Amino acid sequence: MTDGIDKAREEFFSEAQELIEMFSRNLLALDEQGIGAADPSIINEAFRAVHTLKSLAGLFNATEMGRVSHTLEDVLDRLRLGRLKASPDVLDVLFAAVDCYGAMLAAERGEEGLNQPQIEKLMGVLGTLGESAVEEAPDQMAFDLEPGLLAVLTEYEEHRLKTNMDAGQALFRIRVRFDLATIDKALEDVKAKAKPHGEIITYLPTGDAPSADAIELDLLMASSSSLEQLEAALGGTDLTITAIPRISQASASTGISSLSTHALGTSSFAAVGEETAGSTVAVGDNPRTEPPVNAELNVPAVPMLRSVADTVRVDIRKLDGLMNVVGELAIVKSALNRLGDRLRNTQDRELRREVSRIQRSFERRLSELQDGILEVRMVTLGQLFDRLSRVVRQISRDMGKEIRLVVTGAQTEIDKLLVEELGDPLMHIIRNSIDHGIESAEQRKAIGKPVAGTIALNAYQKGNHVVIQIEDDGQGVNEAAVVERAVRAGHLAANEVEMLSRAEALGLIFLPGLSTREQAGEYSGRGVGMDIVKTNINKLGGIIDIQSEYSIGTQLVITLPITLAIVNALLIRLLGRTFALPLSSVAEALMFDEKLVRTVDGREVMTLRGSTLVLCRLDRFFELKEPALPHEGPRYKSVVVATMGARRLGLVVDDLLGQQDIVVKGLGPTLRHVRGFAGASELGDQRVALVLDAGAIIEEALAGHDAVTTMRARPS
Amino acid sequence: MAKILLVDDSMSMRAFVRSALVANPAVLGDDGEVVEAAGGFEALRLLPRGPYELVITDINMPDVNGLELVQFMRKSDQHKNTPIILISTQKAQRDKDRGLRLGANVYIEKPFTADALCAEAIRQLGRDG
Repeated sequence: MTDGIDKAREEFFSEAQELIEMFSRNLLALDEQGIGAADPSIINEAFRAVHTLKSLAGLFNATEMGRVSHTLEDVLDRLRLGRLKASPDVLDVLFAAVDCYGAMLAAERGEEGLNQPQIEKLMGVLGTLGESAVEEAPDQMAFDLEPGLLAVLTEYEEHRLKTNMDAGQALFRIRVRFDLATIDKALEDVKAKAKPHGEIITYLPTGDAPSADAIELDLLMASSSSLEQLEAALGGTDLTITAIPRISQASASTGISSLSTHALGTSSFAAVGEETAGSTVAVGDNPRTEPPVNAELNVPAVPMLRSVADTVRVDIRKLDGLMNVVGELAIVKSALNRLGDRLRNTQDRELRREVSRIQRSFERRLSELQDGILEVRMVTLGQLFDRLSRVVRQISRDMGKEIRLVVTGAQTEIDKLLVEELGDPLMHIIRNSIDHGIESAEQRKAIGKPVAGTIALNAYQKGNHVVIQIEDDGQGVNEAAVVERAVRAGHLAANEVEMLSRAEALGLIFLPGLSTREQAGEYSGRGVGMDIVKTNINKLGGIIDIQSEYSIGTQLVITLPITLAIVNALLIRLLGRTFALPLSSVAEALMFDEKLVRTVDGREVMTLRGSTLVLCRLDRFFELKEPALPHEGPRYKSVVVATMGARRLGLVVDDLLGQQDIVVKGLGPTLRHVRGFAGASELGDQRVALVLDAGAIIEEALAGHDAVTTMRARPS
Repeated sequence: MAKILLVDDSMSMRAFVRSALVANPAVLGDDGEVVEAAGGFEALRLLPRGPYELVITDINMPDVNGLELVQFMRKSDQHKNTPIILISTQKAQRDKDRGLRLGANVYIEKPFTADALCAEAIRQLGRDG
């Protein structure tokens, strides 16, 4: 029992999270479409989300969440039934509720305490919204509908029916026959085709299925299209559309109780109507005459796009477990390959061929399995971007700045774990942009920029990496001020300043202590905790770059690996030791020739196809001493060109040992902070190799930090 | 044995109801089972795989709602006598009334406890004596 309940509670957390996100997405859509003119199904979906949250809160004893949901549900119910006027102010309150929900859910999880003042403030404002309700006049049914159908309409469906009637739409009954096996897809198909023509108000099973494998539904649809147009749009063999006639004003005034059911002939509605005739009449009248104050709550039958039935929710740790198994299998694969190698000298050709076939088949299946698991881990950046849109809206309103957020590439997929960790850094960056990057409206007007500032959020996949760009059209970074600050903080000496390239100067912004809120204004303010942002991105195996033009804007580019779970790695040898370098950051490998090495500005470089490649002798970089074993094999035989974003570095190594899929394991708490290593991996023959963190090495060797420390180390 | 069809579009609600039913041996008997449907459509698909001794359904679901499901079952020869428990909110009096008129046996208001649900299930299954 306890297990069951614990599991149910876990489900509660994740479903509540999804509902809050859905609620937030709905609000963003309302904001975008203009709350007054928005698609009614969006308000309804928001209502549904809150309604479900309320029920869940009740079941799982989340008292405060239940209390807030209860009041919020009231407000949304009035909104969707047209009893509360939709306005931007109402939307603001709803957005505040999203934040409050987030905090309450965290409290339920035990991550933080309840923020009672926040809750009370929200409840107070929600209370005032409830009072300003606009009452809706009772109305008469103007269509020739059977009581049997009206008996199964929820109040919201009735409201939609009435709204459509008021708008002069025609009503149609669409009778569709579905094969039970394919009903989900077939139904989505009908919905998609119907959508441009109007609104499907309800779905009613008729009970007249021709066989046990099929089902017949009556869809009630409001549309401004003609019967012929609908037939052309929906046309199919298992589908009949009937127009439901409007009734004359005289009979309408007597209400639906006087309606006959002849219009739909032998409809299944009629049969039920007769059975329940006595009560149906009363029910049909009821919602028209009862005071709106006693609005009941019900969730209507409006189509949702996703099919809940086909999805499972999986704890990502379970996927990690599976991925570990794949890692073990990769080791088995290596063992199998070694076995194959040993058989190369055998006389038994039959055996050799057999083993080789098994090897290939195993390799193919393993790679399919691995791809499959990776695919499951992938989520789109959409959810995260939605959350950021909310932040932009919030901050820009708080600061009285008008900001346009342009989002592209929200469909880009990335490992779920990475998405979780990306939220905070991106939030920091965007906050900085609005806070300090984008000028005030007056300043912008004065220099001839559009009054509304723009922040562009763009994501795309590039090979095995995902690139996220955050660009604003603000005032840019005043790099002279950044440099001055770096000198004052002791990061570099005054006489080293002139040696800095522009990119290096801008890169200084990522140094610790250089960017705190107090000093923010000094250099156009960019840099609230930019060192933290950079550290977090590096931890994910990514890098961050900045470009900025004074008075034109700033662009931050984050490059991340798509997944951390499994990597294809290049094995290299350095002084008898084996290291793994993720192939995702390897551009190419070539023979190394000492004769081609030049020294420029204290650094070893070589020319590769016309451009300069900075070299890094990895053994010196890591300060490796000669191994205990007598050194064997060649020294400095190869150079591996490692890339991250736009940066390249030539890693000089002793030898290349081949490629292998590896599962990267953490180094444990004591070694976690050692820069330059992403972890360790077992190679299959009981050997363990350290996995190099190309991003960190490139940064250390090329830019910011290292540029500065190298200069300081040099006698001046 | 009891075979129960549980219809709700909320995964948490289903998990809660299932754990409550499964934990109480008086409900399911030795080899009973709870079959879950994530909505009205899925319920329509699962109904022919019955018979079920009890159907527990939410009213507020996308597409085919609980009221429509009740009406459908009461018109079918196979399911016209199957007990139906509606899950509803306290305020939705109108929907609850409609559900009962359409032929549901009883409703249970959210939030409810596992014990209250099991007691009602036992009553509807005719196991209370």
